[in-house]
Amino acid sequence: MSSEAFSATGNQMVADAFRQADPDVMAAYPITPQTTIVENYAKFVANGQVHTEFVTVESEHSAMSACIGASAAGGRVATATSSQGLALMWEELHIAAGMRCPIVMANANRAISAPINIHGDHSDIMGTRDTGWIILFAETAQEAYDNSIIAFKVAEDPRVLLPVMTTLDGFVTTHAMDRCVLEDDQTVAKFIGQYHPLYPLLDTDHPVAQGMFANLGNSFMKAKLQVRRTIEGSLDVIKEAGQSWSDICGRPFDIVDSWGTEDADYLIVALGSMAGNARHTARMLRAEGKKVGVVRPRVFRPFPAKEIAQACSHAKRIAVFDRSDSLGAQFAPLGAEVATSLYNEGLSIPVSNYVVGLGGADVTIDEIKSVYSDLADGTGSGTISYLGIQE
Amino acid sequence: MQAGSKALNERRDMSQLIEIRWHARAGQGAVTAAKLVADSALMDGAYIQAMPEYGPERTGAPLRAYTRICSEPIEVHNNITNPGIVIVLDDTLLNSIDVLEGMSDDGTVILNTTMSPSEARKALKAPDAMKVAVVDATGIAMDTIKRDMPNTPIVGAFSKVTGIVPVEHVRERLKITFGKKFSPAIIDANLESVARAYEEVRL
Repeated sequence: MSSEAFSATGNQMVADAFRQADPDVMAAYPITPQTTIVENYAKFVANGQVHTEFVTVESEHSAMSACIGASAAGGRVATATSSQGLALMWEELHIAAGMRCPIVMANANRAISAPINIHGDHSDIMGTRDTGWIILFAETAQEAYDNSIIAFKVAEDPRVLLPVMTTLDGFVTTHAMDRCVLEDDQTVAKFIGQYHPLYPLLDTDHPVAQGMFANLGNSFMKAKLQVRRTIEGSLDVIKEAGQSWSDICGRPFDIVDSWGTEDADYLIVALGSMAGNARHTARMLRAEGKKVGVVRPRVFRPFPAKEIAQACSHAKRIAVFDRSDSLGAQFAPLGAEVATSLYNEGLSIPVSNYVVGLGGADVTIDEIKSVYSDLADGTGSGTISYLGIQE
Repeated sequence: MQAGSKALNERRDMSQLIEIRWHARAGQGAVTAAKLVADSALMDGAYIQAMPEYGPERTGAPLRAYTRICSEPIEVHNNITNPGIVIVLDDTLLNSIDVLEGMSDDGTVILNTTMSPSEARKALKAPDAMKVAVVDATGIAMDTIKRDMPNTPIVGAFSKVTGIVPVEHVRERLKITFGKKFSPAIIDANLESVARAYEEVRL
């Protein structure tokens, strides 16, 4: 049953989701703006509210290494990080996915140096998009909670057994106070269920080796192909888990959240909290009779290409907002995904790509309106630009 | 109903969105006040947001914080650039910061100062249509809390001037929030500061 509405930050909500999932092991290192997730969780451990073995480590590299060890041993494992911390984990991220460790990690999406910047964008998370992790984006603190619960269900599903990142935007979602509800502990525990590891290292009656040498012939390719097909297939598991969670809590879970797409001529595609800004603006323009809409993937890996193409299929022109850049590429990460999705479905809709809100830069309503008006004018298609920055 | 809902296609009346910008110096408790207002509104079933503008955390440095209140779910997450209400916890900020930046002429300003309403209006260069309220929140805080913490009293003034949240809710919410951290004597002093600012605020 849902609690009364109360105010909480996204980080508090993620910590509560983790508390309710009660992992066997958490190994974590603090970094802004993730710190309060782990800080709150450490209190749950100290107060005896969870059964978790909390491992304090000296770096994120060690945090993820400890998580992989604990997961391979057969435990339910969670952690949280951000930015440079996520970057420091990079080699372990591949190992976690390659070893099929269903670790759940929260990421407070944040800029990457240099220059130094602690604010929200997606530069950190996009650097991990090819590692084999499932990646979920939350628009609100409430969604950060819901996604974090769904993350355990998906990661530990025997059809998946891949690590999942549940991400929320630095400061905007991690630290802003928002209206939220919690489901009760029993409901969450029942929904996630017990974790039954398939090949735990600690099952000494059935000894296994993990993370083996695959240096000859095509065994390495075979292992990678399995991860590719598994993460592709996980989209159906995410839908299934999201739907059953939605049935329990009454809040919607859509792989791709579409607003106004039935008749919109001009669409903005955006991830996370930025989609809220776009939708807020789109509502204002709708009130003036303008046919505009917003499309938001809640899942970035696996990329919901067919759902995106379907949501965009009626549009005349599309702008994609990226909160990171793929420097030297034609488009930034989301822009490239959307363009490829349209192409593969035979849709020839012009796409313009805007890099927005890097390092926590505010994206104003006027700027979003200017993008819709660029779409209407037909300017900018096929190009990438930095919104609000004079060149 | 949260963002992401099918019900998003329903028309929403966002004209009721109330946006408050706080100007203060770090250490004056503006963030606590921004949250106290939000939590008090939530008691009435409102949707809320409260957040500081994150920057270097140096005591005494100018900072901004924001509160949003709406009967509908709030989807916008950016900083508040066109507030309907501005609350200023330190009148020395008027020398260095344009606290009215982006405000509409018929907005409301609540200023912690010993100035009279007409002096404050002049100092702010406020347009005639703007509502300017003054309260000596620092003086009240020194009398009651015995510390220069103008943040709680000014919420009492906010309640009186705007009517957005009933002062009973502010007091009730304050007991809950402060009850976790402070002694009954400190909570009573804060409650008294709210009541006094509610009575003493002038237009």
